[in-house]
This record gives sequence, structure tokens and C-alpha cells, in this order.
Amino acid sequence: MKAFSFEKPSSIEAAVAALGAEETLPLAGGMTLIPTLKQRLADCAAVVDLSGIAEMSGISLEGDMLVIGAMTRHAEVAGSDVVMKAIPALAKLAARIGDQQVRHRGTIGGSVANNDPAADYPSAVLALGADIVTSKRTISADAFFLGMFETALEPGEIIVSFRFRVPEKAGYAKFASPASRYALAGVFIAKRGDVVRAVVTGAGPCVFRAADIEDALMKDFAPHALDRISIDSTDFMSDIHADKQYRAHLAVVMAKRAVKAALEEGGS
Amino acid sequence: MKITFTLNDRPVTADVAPSTLVSDLLRDTLDLTGTHVGCETSQCGACVIHLNGSSVKSCTLLAASLEGQEVRTVEGLAKGPNELHPMQVAFRENHGLQCGFCTPGMLMASIDLVSKNPDPTEEEVREWLEGNMCRCTGYQNIVKSVIAGAQAMRNAS
Repeated sequence: MKAFSFEKPSSIEAAVAALGAEETLPLAGGMTLIPTLKQRLADCAAVVDLSGIAEMSGISLEGDMLVIGAMTRHAEVAGSDVVMKAIPALAKLAARIGDQQVRHRGTIGGSVANNDPAADYPSAVLALGADIVTSKRTISADAFFLGMFETALEPGEIIVSFRFRVPEKAGYAKFASPASRYALAGVFIAKRGDVVRAVVTGAGPCVFRAADIEDALMKDFAPHALDRISIDSTDFMSDIHADKQYRAHLAVVMAKRAVKAALEEGGS
Repeated sequence: MKITFTLNDRPVTADVAPSTLVSDLLRDTLDLTGTHVGCETSQCGACVIHLNGSSVKSCTLLAASLEGQEVRTVEGLAKGPNELHPMQVAFRENHGLQCGFCTPGMLMASIDLVSKNPDPTEEEVREWLEGNMCRCTGYQNIVKSVIAGAQAMRNAS
């Protein structure tokens, strides 16, 4: 790792001020940033550790809105009775990110800000239509994920919290790489009234809504509704773990499992 | 930069570069070489320590983040030279190690599990140890050790 300076502010204002300096990176749980710095895929002059900002952490239910602070660790979301009651699919998603030691450090804000194409949380944020509250504004999930590792966040802007409207039903299923536990394909499905949103992660360069799956499920919210659905794999990723056609097939299978999970869990 | 934290129940002050990893601080500066570094890519789990009671990978943690925190390493488990932690005894009695390289991480992860779930099932043990690699044992005896260690820890408390 190249040398850098370290700062641990205790307020959002101080963090934003520190991040205004050149070549300064925010550090959330560090589960991606530290390995990236170690491999010299990134370097910086300064790191701003966000873990000292109390208001960026925690879970609460405000009416039908589940609010999760950006610095809340995966293990806290996975073990939260509030999340388990409001959106069980979200708690179960968090319980399967990485391994237990990674879940003790990794944060929801870090995962979503990084927008890894195979990360779990972005699929939930987009499928649940969450609002992303940042240090300067509120961004809707529909306008947040722009491309591979690319988001609507501006330089120096940090995520403060997520606001998830509790759905009627929600489910998540992923086919995880046994080595990294990242999704080769994962699908998060959320149903509210007549509207179903189905979001695929791991298969393409960025999370996306699968219109064919959504249409089929809006007619009939059941796994068999997807029997004849196939997804266009043109823009999917092919690598040593799986080629694009395989990922496209997996995505439909995961969508069926996610619907099954949603029907079993309820979610409201 | 200067950091002060609690290491195995004792206060420690160290002068570190902000980019120092906790695994390097422990091994190179503080001479605590029980914490092993296997992959250095946060996958193998040989470097697992306890940070405020929770198991974390010390190769993926900045020493600068330790300020004011509580750290326990494998060296902080035994009460004395002839008084091993019940989990260490269980690993020895159940042949839970062969070459021993992964053992410090296995112990730290397992003790964290039992502190949160005193009577884990075999499935829960296997799931919890997902981030700890062993290339010798095939895991069978490690799982056996953890279940025996959990029982010993329950009896001891």
C-alpha cells in the first residue's frame, strides 16, 4: 500500500470537509477499499474513516419506512429483529454477504456506493425503490445506479442513510460463487399492490430491472409464471466462473426462487 | 501516528504509519506472530482476531482504526502456559489441526461463534467458518472440535 494520511471525523460536516481535499477517499467498512489499496488498484493521499459518525449507523422503523444508516454493518442488518419483521428478505440477503468476518465489518453504504456488479445490496435498493439520503440531497434508487462501479454520487458526497418503504412481499435468491460468495446471478423481487419490481445482480455490468420477469409476475405472482421467460444475455458478463448464457439462465432460476421465498416469507 | 488500544487486556501504545495493517502491526511491531497471514486478500481467515469481541480479518483492517478499541489475539486466549482455553483443548483432543496454520483463525472465529450462540449445530458451525480455509483436515475434525469446545465453554461458564 502506498502511504496516506488518516482522519476519523465525528460528524457528517467534518467528513464532507475532509473529503473536499484532493485524492481523498471515504472508508466505510473497508472490505473492498482496503484490498483495492493493497493491490494498488487505487491509491490516495488521505483516507477518511466514517465509522466515528454515530448518526450514520443504526436501524429504525418510521411508519412504513425502514431506515438504515449507511455505516450499519451487514451483521447488524442480518441480526436485526426490526429488519426481520419489516423486510425479512433484506435481513436474509445481509446474512449471505461474504463470510461472517466480512459481515462484521462491511456496511450497506459502502456496498451500495461501490456498486460492484456482483454485490447483493444494490439489487435490494433498486427493487425496493429505496431513497438514498446523502450528505447533500436525496436520490431515488432509479436514478442512482449508472453503470459498473458507477453511481450518481458526486465527488465528496457520501451516503448517510437508506429509506426503504416496506413492501407487501419481497424475496431474494442468489447463486453464489463458492470462493468469493459474490453473486454469479442474484435476483431481488419486491411486490407492492399491483406493481412488481425484479432486479438482477451479478449477471450484467450493473444491477438492472428485468422487464419480462416483472411483466410476467404482475400477471401472476408465482414461480411458474416464469417458466417460459428468457433474458437477453447480450450485455452480460462472461468470465472463468460462468459464461453469459449460463448467467442468463441462472437469473431466471434465481427469480423463481426469489418469488418462492417472497410467497413463503410474506414481507409485510 | 500514535494509537492506543487494549490488546489482550493490556493497554498498548504504538507509533504506526496510517497505512499499516493490523496483521502487520501485531506480527512485525508487537511480535505477536500467532496471528497468521495466509492469503492477505481477506479470504483465508488465518488472520482472524477479535475486535470489541467480534471476529474480523486483521489483514483487512487499518491499525489506525484501532484507537480506543479492544483487541484479542490467539495469544490472549490461554490463562497460563498450562491452562489453555477450552476451545484450544477441544482442538487438541479432537485432532482439529494438522499443520496448524489456519488454527489461530479457526479458534478466534469459533470462540466468537460460541459467545453469540452457545450451542451451535453442525450446520451453524460450518456456516460460521465459511471464511476460514483449512487445506489439511477436510474440516470434519474442526467442526467436531468446535462442537466439543462449545460444550466445554458452556460447562466452564
